[in-house]
Amino acid sequence: MAAYIIRRVFAAVLLLLVVSAVTFAIFYLLPRAAGQSIQSMAAQYVGKSPDPDVIKAVIKNLGLDQPIYEQYWHFIKGLVAGANYSFGPDPAHCSAPCFGYSFKTHTAVWPQIQQRAPITFSLAIGAAVIWLITGISTGILSALKRGSIWDRLAMGISLMGVSLPMFFTGLALLALFSFNWLHIWNVHYVSFVDNPAQWAWNLILPWVSLAFLYSALYARLTRAGMLETMGEDYIRTARAKGLVERKVIVKHGLRSALTPLITIFGMDFALLLGGAVITESVFSFQGLGAYAIQGVTDNDLPIVMGVTLLTAFFIVVCNLLVDLVYAAIDPRVRLS
Amino acid sequence: MSDDTHKDAATKDASAAAKDTAAKDSAGKGAAGKAEGAREFLSVRDLRIHFDTDDGLVKSVDGVSFDLKAGQTLGIVGESGSGKSVTSLGIMGLHTSDRARISGEIWLDGEELIGADKQRVRELRGQKMAMIFQDPLSALHPYYTVGAQIVEAYRVHNKADKKTARKRAVEMLDRVGIPEPARRFNDFPHQFSGGMRQRAMIAMALVNNPQLLIADEPTTALDVTVQAQILDLIRDLQKEFGSAVVMITHDLGVVAEIADRLLVMYAGRCIERGTSEQVFEHPQHPYTWGLLGSMPRIDREQTDRLVPVKGAPPSLINVPSGCAFHPRCPYADVPPDNVTRTERPELRETTGGHFSACHMTREQREKIWTEEIAPKL
Ligand SMILES: Nc1ncnc2c1ncn2[C@@H]1O[C@H](COP(=O)(O)OP(=O)(O)OP(=O)(O)O)[C@@H](O)[C@H]1O
Ligand code: SF4
Ligand SMILES: [Mg+2]
Repeated sequence: MAAYIIRRVFAAVLLLLVVSAVTFAIFYLLPRAAGQSIQSMAAQYVGKSPDPDVIKAVIKNLGLDQPIYEQYWHFIKGLVAGANYSFGPDPAHCSAPCFGYSFKTHTAVWPQIQQRAPITFSLAIGAAVIWLITGISTGILSALKRGSIWDRLAMGISLMGVSLPMFFTGLALLALFSFNWLHIWNVHYVSFVDNPAQWAWNLILPWVSLAFLYSALYARLTRAGMLETMGEDYIRTARAKGLVERKVIVKHGLRSALTPLITIFGMDFALLLGGAVITESVFSFQGLGAYAIQGVTDNDLPIVMGVTLLTAFFIVVCNLLVDLVYAAIDPRVRLS
Repeated sequence: MSDDTHKDAATKDASAAAKDTAAKDSAGKGAAGKAEGAREFLSVRDLRIHFDTDDGLVKSVDGVSFDLKAGQTLGIVGESGSGKSVTSLGIMGLHTSDRARISGEIWLDGEELIGADKQRVRELRGQKMAMIFQDPLSALHPYYTVGAQIVEAYRVHNKADKKTARKRAVEMLDRVGIPEPARRFNDFPHQFSGGMRQRAMIAMALVNNPQLLIADEPTTALDVTVQAQILDLIRDLQKEFGSAVVMITHDLGVVAEIADRLLVMYAGRCIERGTSEQVFEHPQHPYTWGLLGSMPRIDREQTDRLVPVKGAPPSLINVPSGCAFHPRCPYADVPPDNVTRTERPELRETTGGHFSACHMTREQREKIWTEEIAPKL
């Protein structure tokens, strides 16, 4: 097991390097390969029709006039050790990990991420807890009572869940409970540290609307996995031993049925950590998703790149965790 | 002696206490079980197991009857899809689908199982009757160690602490011939070879000294040398524990040596039944002839061998009219008046205890067997 963990961690670190290189290439190498001049590249970082001095400053700050490997080195060094930007009146130090510097807003990206991450994390973690509990339990009950009214009802609702667009559910909830009908919530983000009760209270609607989609999906996946597992030979063996059905289900069925969900959950959760774009915008939360949207609409490349890199980082880390959990559950993985 | 043990096992509360004594006495019990004239331990009467599917009613088992005495072995043979597994799962009460329609009677040691309290059947499962499955890899749970799975089987029916159960499991692993059992106890199924997995399955099935062991094609997934070892093991254990064994296979060669009685199934029905000797020496049904013809023989060239049964097994939803075997039977026109296609042949007794279901007269069958079939086998 120890050897397995070391191998996986090592592979994850390598993967992170690759991911950073690819992200770098997308933003720095591709435009040049496509024949864009460094002047026009630099111009993108500061907005329309800038004066030549500003462009020069950007080129200098980003090192666009240097060879590509120098630029990559610069980029990696920034991530590990931080970087200095002298742009505009006051020079800025972008401390490690430096995810870039937005010339348009005159701010480093990392502090923004730090400020916004708790909002996104609160959303993601709370919603994940809700959807795992509701989705999985619904799926299990549906599978065990296959064909019953309960099963049909649950699967009908879950079909709605997977087909209704996220913003519809969110807006509908807002309309019902906040704007038009019941004026229960005036949803705004309150930091957990400031007031945990208010934090949770204000997150209920976003959590529910986000979790609805995933619950529906997870209920269907759990149901399918459970049905498949309960038809396995080893379940028949468990029954042949004379085990009571409850034990057959819990001890022999659930564990195998839920294992594949771990992979899917790891991916879903990692993507959410990088920003719940739609939920954040429906509820006007200033999380990472909103930040990414800001980067895209303002064509502010360092922001887009920073959030992309961060999301990639979450995916790699979650994948690593998934691998480790998998190995803990399935001896065939860790012993092969 | 054997009757005493049965009584003990029948009372639920006494059974746990009796277990240890039963284990110690098992050698003696074996001898008693073999005694002539012992009463039937397992009686199946007109068993029907149908499945209500979207395509129609699947008559997987359609009126099967047989008896089995303690210490004896019944071989059930028939090609794929003839209903062997469905029959054995039916005895174990393992048809959980609500689409299964089960009727008839199954008497286990004087206790009727069909319609019995589910809880009661569950108690009997793994304790009084146990089962070994065809593919030991998929029949063992991949996430639990072999030892833990045997321990679990033991503790379902015995109020034993973990240590005692572990000791018992290691003992069983040792008994079925797993080397270094205490170490292999902690292995997962995928770390075992195919033969060892089946040995572990056997250890698991026998951990509670069941009086009935059902082996559903226990050697099909194994290679030939291992097959023989597993069969020897089952035979030895049966002698030692005196249990009744139902050995299911589609290979007559497998049961030739170990079965006392044979039952040949075709399309969910029994078409021939008798002692091993009767069925092997004087088979009465054309389908049995075909099965005998497909038995591998080392001393004969493949070419001058009898052609095994031609054609595909019939659908169990639209079973052929009359004799279900008629589309494939080379002798379908021997009985007069097209009777094979219109009337279902009943099981009739030829000689004492030897039954077969065929419209041909005894003389006709005798003639074909001695003149056409036997010389080619
Ligand atoms: N739950 C079920 N629902 C519908 N049909 C079933 C079910 N279980 C078994 N059958 C059908 O019953 C028939 C007999 O199956 P069974 O498994 O008993 O065959 P078998 O004699 O054991 O064959 P094999 O040698 O392949 O194991 C098959 O045609 C199978 O499709
Ligand atoms: S009844 Fe007719 S078809 Fe059936 S086995 Fe006998 S001869 Fe063949
Ligand atoms: Mg079978």
